[in-house]
Amino acid sequence: MTLTKADLADLLFEKVGLNKREAKDMVEAFFEEIRMALERGETVKLSGFGNFQLRDKPQRPGRNPKTGEEIPISARRVVTFHASQKLKQVVEQGMNGSQPQA
Amino acid sequence: MTKSELIAQLAVRFPQLVAKDADFAVKVIIEAMADSLAKGDRIEIRGFGSFALNYRPPRVGRNPKSGDKVQVPEKHVPHFKAGKELRERVDEMG
Repeated sequence: MTLTKADLADLLFEKVGLNKREAKDMVEAFFEEIRMALERGETVKLSGFGNFQLRDKPQRPGRNPKTGEEIPISARRVVTFHASQKLKQVVEQGMNGSQPQA
Repeated sequence: MTKSELIAQLAVRFPQLVAKDADFAVKVIIEAMADSLAKGDRIEIRGFGSFALNYRPPRVGRNPKSGDKVQVPEKHVPHFKAGKELRERVDEMG
């Protein structure tokens, strides 16, 4: 099973009591606010989940795998995610079949 | 941006809701994402990215202080891959 925006909207409808329209818009706004912060160059810290950070990568040599032709990979800014200790712990416990601690 | 700043931004976007709803909504979304990964399920958010678990097999490690061999058990670590829209928007050169 894969969790999608539609699943998150359903949860906001059931648990928070938002109407269907608001629930869908809220899920969209949640991710849009994070995208906007990253676009501004800010780190996003969601306690209990993890941090989204930006890394500036310098230009590096690359190759077209089809033709073998050398082409430089341009300098770019990329997003990295670092799971929090809590998320790592919840995942470890979940995957080991035990219950996460409170 | 912190979680509380995110909640404050969402409260501004949804003036018809009470501030507590934005707070609760963020909590529900984050919990659902964490629960999903804990079950081994993927998360796929179109335009943002996907989260999945990467498997690390068991290995023999060493205690860096004593040099003793230690058995490191297998584990699963969360991994994020940025989606196309997010990738393009953070990279002003691209």
